[in-house]
Amino acid sequence: MSQSFDEISAQLQRRHRKSARLKWLSMGALGLAGLFLVLFFADMLSKGLPAFQQAQIRVELDYNEDATRMGRAALDPEVSRLVSRTFERLIPGMLADDPELLGTTETRWVLANAQVDQYLKGHTHRLNAAQQATVDRLAEEGNVALKFNTTFFTSGDSKMAEASGILAAALGTVMTMLVTLAIAFPIGVMTAVYLEEFAPDNRLTQIIEININNLAAIPSILFGLLGLAIFISFFGVPRSSPLVGGMTLALMTLPVIIIATRTALRSVPDSIRHAAFGVGCSRWQVVRDHVLPLAMPGIMTGSIIGLAQAMGETAPLIIVGMVAFIPDVSATFTNAATVLPAQIFTWAGEPDKAFVEKTAGGILVLLAILIFLNATAVVLRKKFERRW
Amino acid sequence: MQTDQLLALFSGVLLLLGLIAFFLGRAKAARVRAGGTAMFAQPDQYAWFAVLTTAGPAILVGGLSAFLMLLLGAEIPPLYLLAGSLAVAALGLAVGVRQVKPDFHARQAIERVIRWILVGAALISIFTTFGILFSIIFEALRFFQMHSFWDFITGTVWNPGASFLAAAGRADEGASAAQFGSVPLFAGTFMITAIAMLVAIPVGLLAAIYMAEFAPKRVRTLAKPTLEVLAGIPTVVYGFFAAITVAPLIVDLAGVFGLDASFNNAVAPGVVMGIMIIPFISSLSDDVINSVPDSMRQGSLALGMTKGETIRDVVIPAALPGIISASLLAVSRALGETMIVVMAAGMRPNLTANPLEDMTTVTVRIVAALTGDLEFESAETLSAFALGLVLFAVTLTLNLVSVLMIRRFREKYRVNNL
Repeated sequence: MSQSFDEISAQLQRRHRKSARLKWLSMGALGLAGLFLVLFFADMLSKGLPAFQQAQIRVELDYNEDATRMGRAALDPEVSRLVSRTFERLIPGMLADDPELLGTTETRWVLANAQVDQYLKGHTHRLNAAQQATVDRLAEEGNVALKFNTTFFTSGDSKMAEASGILAAALGTVMTMLVTLAIAFPIGVMTAVYLEEFAPDNRLTQIIEININNLAAIPSILFGLLGLAIFISFFGVPRSSPLVGGMTLALMTLPVIIIATRTALRSVPDSIRHAAFGVGCSRWQVVRDHVLPLAMPGIMTGSIIGLAQAMGETAPLIIVGMVAFIPDVSATFTNAATVLPAQIFTWAGEPDKAFVEKTAGGILVLLAILIFLNATAVVLRKKFERRW
Repeated sequence: MQTDQLLALFSGVLLLLGLIAFFLGRAKAARVRAGGTAMFAQPDQYAWFAVLTTAGPAILVGGLSAFLMLLLGAEIPPLYLLAGSLAVAALGLAVGVRQVKPDFHARQAIERVIRWILVGAALISIFTTFGILFSIIFEALRFFQMHSFWDFITGTVWNPGASFLAAAGRADEGASAAQFGSVPLFAGTFMITAIAMLVAIPVGLLAAIYMAEFAPKRVRTLAKPTLEVLAGIPTVVYGFFAAITVAPLIVDLAGVFGLDASFNNAVAPGVVMGIMIIPFISSLSDDVINSVPDSMRQGSLALGMTKGETIRDVVIPAALPGIISASLLAVSRALGETMIVVMAAGMRPNLTANPLEDMTTVTVRIVAALTGDLEFESAETLSAFALGLVLFAVTLTLNLVSVLMIRRFREKYRVNNL
């Protein structure tokens, strides 16, 4: 059965249309993924940016006798419900420290409470009609305003949204990452050096290699179980401490560093090794003085990426108890601490709606740090990459 | 004395002994060499060898006895331990300095020591795997002593509520006995994983096809790292996104169709997890498609196939093992994903086929069991390890199958960069 040319060319057109359809479809898939990314960042920015501003209120403080026992007495009853309770609690202490204040008055900007803050930002709030009217009037007089939220960057966690900040969690992250790097970097580099430069091609080496690839794919929560059962229960490392969190994350980061270091070592050409062996270097001298320095940029890049990954990890840290409530800012290895992602998790679980924007604000800070770290890695790679 | 004070004392004295060893060794070697004898190694190498013989055995003895003390619970007074290991250090110093002889290969000795140190470092990753395995298996076995394995695997009711009474020795008072039937948890896990794959596999695969076959080079170099950003976002952030933004959206959307959705529905965490997994699939598939030899494309095009037909009938079938392997890795990742489901999925074990209802997953229950105020010995806490064991077994199998498939692909086309 023969077909006319018209039919064949029509068929051909159909086939080409189908081909074009696949192209548009696949382009659409990539576009969809990009769209997800854009929507995600837009959503986080719109939710998180308000967290960097906080309502403050200008009040007249009357340091009378009652205020030494109950801070609220220093405030005009009309605005006392609008001021943050954390500030009211400070007043008796202030008076005890400086008795000369007693009997004086002072006008200053103080932290408003979260409801005023949410009302000014147009979110859901719990102010009643009279309070809303007061806030509106004060705002018109310029006595209530949104100002840059320094509290957010200088204080620890709090049960009151307006007084909570990320500094304690940020410090916890720094301490945890120090432990992680101190363990994972040397062990990871040594493992990679052994596998690439020293190891004979035998059964043990193959087992180690398969094992490392497998470790990289084990769900992170299982590392948490390991941390709980071995580090905490068996070795008695203090629970919730950056030490145990850092050790757990180090085991997780290890495969990333090993794989990156191996790639970096492999990209150093053999001619370098031959030359060094040729002048009589021993194997360790070749590695220490020639191969490792040349592979260093690649190793650093891989380690930074591993660090960024560990920094965003939450699940194993929850298991080893690093979701503690940490109101005090302190840098410690063995006391209870929390980390940025865990702080985000804690805030996300707070019933108070005012914490939503704190959570998103914390997320923005975390994302900024991660983007900075990854950008550093990219720049490092671009700057020091050598093509042999 | 406190442990950390002892540790500081130990390190301090060891550092001092090491310094002494270094300078004694170097001085002696220099003296021998100055005498005109030819030596096998440089003075510095003798010095470093002396340092190694001083510090190595001492650290080994100290570490091992501390470990044994923990393991066996034996009581060695820490001061004796300190004195013992420092004595070993002093002995090592003497041996090391004595070994500074012209016919001693100090460099090779150092080499051997370093080799063992490197082997030790490489073994840590093996210990990690065994650590995970043993810690999970031991606790899981204790759980299975309390509750039968069969009930755990086939039971359809997960109700650990009364287990704390049993742990407190008041098992009889509980209104109902604790039940640990894990089927609803696995059903929830697989439901959410399936939704995630429904999003990730088509989008990821098509994006990979576009990047590998259609996209101009500029787009490709830009698109790949941009997609990787999706994989770099912390999961806790995705969890927040799923719970605060996507879940209400799904509820509204279901409302439009007259359906009733829970705010902890399975769709929101599933979809968000799918978005997170897109780059895993697209990146690996892109690599695989790129390593399909061009001769196959040329042959297909020469036979008059259109580009689309070439991709569908030649490239994709050839790359299939790699694509399946990528998808399996993605499934294993979705099964073990924790934060998204902890924050966005429900807490209630619920055996249902309706993704708009709330359901819980294995990882959620692990977290729930280990973050409460329960005794470590209680059945609920231990159940976390039993669940972890199953999770470990499933993900390990998926990973191994995936590795085998990619190896088959690699051998077939002799590509080395995968």
